[in-house]
Amino acid sequence: MTELVPSVERPGEATQEDVLRVRDLHTYIATDDGVVRAVDGVSFTLRRGEILGLVGESGCGKSVTCRTLMGLMPRPPAWSSGHVDYAGLPGRNLLELGPRERQRLRGAHLSMVFQDPMSSLNPVLRIGDQVEEAVASHERLTRRERRRRALELLERVGIPGAARRLSSYPHEFSGGMRQRVLIAIAIASRPRVLFADEPTTALDVIIQDQILSLLLELQRDFGMSMVLVSHDLGVIAEMCDRIAVMYAGQIVELTDSRTLLMEPRHPYTIALLRSLPDESPGERYLPTIPGSPPPLIDVEPGCRFVARCPLAEDACRTWETELLEAGPEHLVRCRRHHETRREGAWPEQSFA
Amino acid sequence: MSSLASPSELLFDRLQARSRRRGRHLRRYGSLIAGATILSVVIVACLAAPLLTHYNPDTLDPLHPLAGPFTPGHLLGTDEYGRDILARILYGGRIDLLIAFGATGVTLVAGTAIGLVSGYFGGLIDTIIMRIVDLFFAFPFFVLVIAIVAMLGPSIFNMFVAIWLTSWISYARITRGHTTVVKNREYVLAAKALGYRHLRVMLRHILPNVVSFVLIYAMVDAVGNVLLGAALGFLGLGAKVPSPEWGAMISDGQNYILSSWWLSTFPGLAIVIVGVGFSLLGDGLADLLRTGD
Amino acid sequence: MSRLVFVGRRVLQAIPVLFGITVITFFLIRLIPGDPALQILGQHYTAAAAKQVRHALGLDRPLWSQYLLFLTHLLHGNLGESLFFKQPARQVIEQRLAPTLFLVGYAAVLAAAISIPTGVVSALRRGRLFDQTARVVTLVGFAMPGFWLGIMLILLFAIKVPLFPVSGYGAGFVGHLDHLFLPALTIALGFSTIVVRTLRASVLAAYAADYVDTARIKGISRVAILLRHVLRNAIVSVVVVFGINLAFLIGGTVIIENVFAIPGLGSLLVDSVSTRDYPVVQGVTLLFAVLVVAINLVTDLVHASLDPRVAAR
Repeated sequence: MTELVPSVERPGEATQEDVLRVRDLHTYIATDDGVVRAVDGVSFTLRRGEILGLVGESGCGKSVTCRTLMGLMPRPPAWSSGHVDYAGLPGRNLLELGPRERQRLRGAHLSMVFQDPMSSLNPVLRIGDQVEEAVASHERLTRRERRRRALELLERVGIPGAARRLSSYPHEFSGGMRQRVLIAIAIASRPRVLFADEPTTALDVIIQDQILSLLLELQRDFGMSMVLVSHDLGVIAEMCDRIAVMYAGQIVELTDSRTLLMEPRHPYTIALLRSLPDESPGERYLPTIPGSPPPLIDVEPGCRFVARCPLAEDACRTWETELLEAGPEHLVRCRRHHETRREGAWPEQSFA
Repeated sequence: MSSLASPSELLFDRLQARSRRRGRHLRRYGSLIAGATILSVVIVACLAAPLLTHYNPDTLDPLHPLAGPFTPGHLLGTDEYGRDILARILYGGRIDLLIAFGATGVTLVAGTAIGLVSGYFGGLIDTIIMRIVDLFFAFPFFVLVIAIVAMLGPSIFNMFVAIWLTSWISYARITRGHTTVVKNREYVLAAKALGYRHLRVMLRHILPNVVSFVLIYAMVDAVGNVLLGAALGFLGLGAKVPSPEWGAMISDGQNYILSSWWLSTFPGLAIVIVGVGFSLLGDGLADLLRTGD
Repeated sequence: MSRLVFVGRRVLQAIPVLFGITVITFFLIRLIPGDPALQILGQHYTAAAAKQVRHALGLDRPLWSQYLLFLTHLLHGNLGESLFFKQPARQVIEQRLAPTLFLVGYAAVLAAAISIPTGVVSALRRGRLFDQTARVVTLVGFAMPGFWLGIMLILLFAIKVPLFPVSGYGAGFVGHLDHLFLPALTIALGFSTIVVRTLRASVLAAYAADYVDTARIKGISRVAILLRHVLRNAIVSVVVVFGINLAFLIGGTVIIENVFAIPGLGSLLVDSVSTRDYPVVQGVTLLFAVLVVAINLVTDLVHASLDPRVAAR
């Protein structure tokens, strides 16, 4: 098997070197009611040291994308196709790796933090044991070494009184503390890529800030590349270098965060930004996007946003969508993207 | 567009084909239909016994004792007195089915009522009732039933009484558990706020949401009661020889097990068939409930 | 420290249950319709004998006094006088205790050996042949009367193919193992049909749990995930399920002892019904209930030792 290229620890800003290149990723899930096109043609690159945001509604495929890349989607009923290049394993398509090879990548190269800290820790094992398990998963270490490293990790993620806490059980920890432990576990083997799937959604607002700061710190210190998934544009805006907006299993807009927030081009992105409370101060009603995303079974051809798009034309229903260049490093899946920023292009927003 | 399909399209088509091959409706309702069919057939057969066989369960035929299955005129053979096994099974089935429905029905209603009251009112009533329920649960069910039958005197009716006195606890526990959850739901609180009387709230707002769980358990309980009735019949503590009750038949056939295995085997099969029917029905209901009616 | 507190608390909780059991057992005799003395004496009924019997049963005192007498007797180990054996009921019962305990233990071990692997494999090979077969077997097995299965097993493995003895208790430890194999197996099979489905569900639930995802991203082997995370959690449910259904297992011994002619408490109970030996019926019922309470206590403690959340509540 090809040698895994070790990760280089050079903390710093986002560079131009690609760590992960995802091309035409599809994940289909076979269910009783038909085949669900959970991820339907997703392509993006993740550069070394950058934080890429994946934002979209529930069910748009952002979680499934991350899980597919991590190799966590169970073989029945989920199947994937596409091409994923990873800098640490040149020349191989990650999707074609066998289970053993995948296992070697997890933890030491690709890692993940999940959404719900309350259920993501094994309730019957001590915290120390669970962290040590992560520490020792890719290296042979003595017991003392394992313990020392586990202690270091817990301290690094901000657990007070870490030495005592090693022998605690998960139920003795608060949600925020548990999430810190999970982050410690995720970075235990110094991964190059970290997927953070809604890491703060289940937490209080104050704790959210703390956890996000922690993630940012760790990302800088370890030089990790991070994919941050959220449905909360506010969180994404704070943290990310580039942002990909997903809708109905596809990326509909991809660009750096400043451009996305100031000059979005896709109607969905525009509507999403408008629905943020800060965007409409003084308005009595919060603008919303009428309707809901199309079901991902028996998908209709054409643009998937037509039903809810104020700019939809007949041609949009038959257009075989692709990501068009709206500017340098700015991709949009809309055939009318030239017109979306024109004055008066948008009718008055309706309320829910 | 090139004429070669992309790998993703090929994947999709493959999965699509596989998906369609499975019979969705069959899987969803299969158990339910199978169970209902089996039970219906059995019930009809037992009720229509006089139409299906011209023998009585007690008709003696001293000329053909211990005849094997497929003997002309006796599809399932005869016992030591020449009584037709098939006839005895059909008539005996009435007793066992009566146990299944009679015992289960009463305990279901009583236990559910008690559980509703306990869960709804909470407080002291709840504590007392649940303590009593827990107490009963400390006894191995079978032992308690036998003890009660012992005191009252062995007979079919006393068997019913024993089951009634002991089986209600499961229903009470289930109902009470679900009631305590449901009673805090909005529609119940709304009903109370509207000033509806307790009985009405319990019956029309709480009960419908709890009843499906109760019914599923009732199927399991029905199987248990059939087995219990047969066991008591086997021991001579419920139905007694020469009753054609299936358990009693098995007990009777024990003596001839070496030479004439069919005496005990067929009644046993009958019990299994009825039990499987109820189980499938219960499974079907549980599946329905799980996938959201 | 909190573990000790939990154990203490749990043991204390058992005491009112034990009292409650004595109350219910006490009331059992009161169920006898009509005049118990008439029932007991039958043909030998005379006014004097009846008075003696009623006095022996303590029926000539007020109810609360009867109960206190009953309780006092119990605490001194006095279970009354067996009407049939003309011995203290306690003696009669003691003689029959060992075979039943052996049978229960044996059946529990066999039940674990059968149901746990079946449940785990069914879950791991979900939807495949083993799982489907197990489901069918469980379905049919659940509806099968234990006594009937026992008879079939005797027919097949003791008579047609004489592998095991037909009945009885046997002598010596090995003798017991030999004689009690078929009865224990019968009970174990019946128990398994109840438990396998729940076990399978527990393993599946453990597999689908979020912490298994966390374990996966560590990059540890599938075996390690299975053992340290999935099974380690599933076993908690196993213990709970076993505990809940253990009362059933114990109840099953009654009829099996009858089928296999084992001289244990179960057959004593059934015989005593026919002979109207009320004190023995009462004593055996009480003992069975105490046994259940004891086993439940042990199960709870094992559960708490496996799952740290239990003691914390």
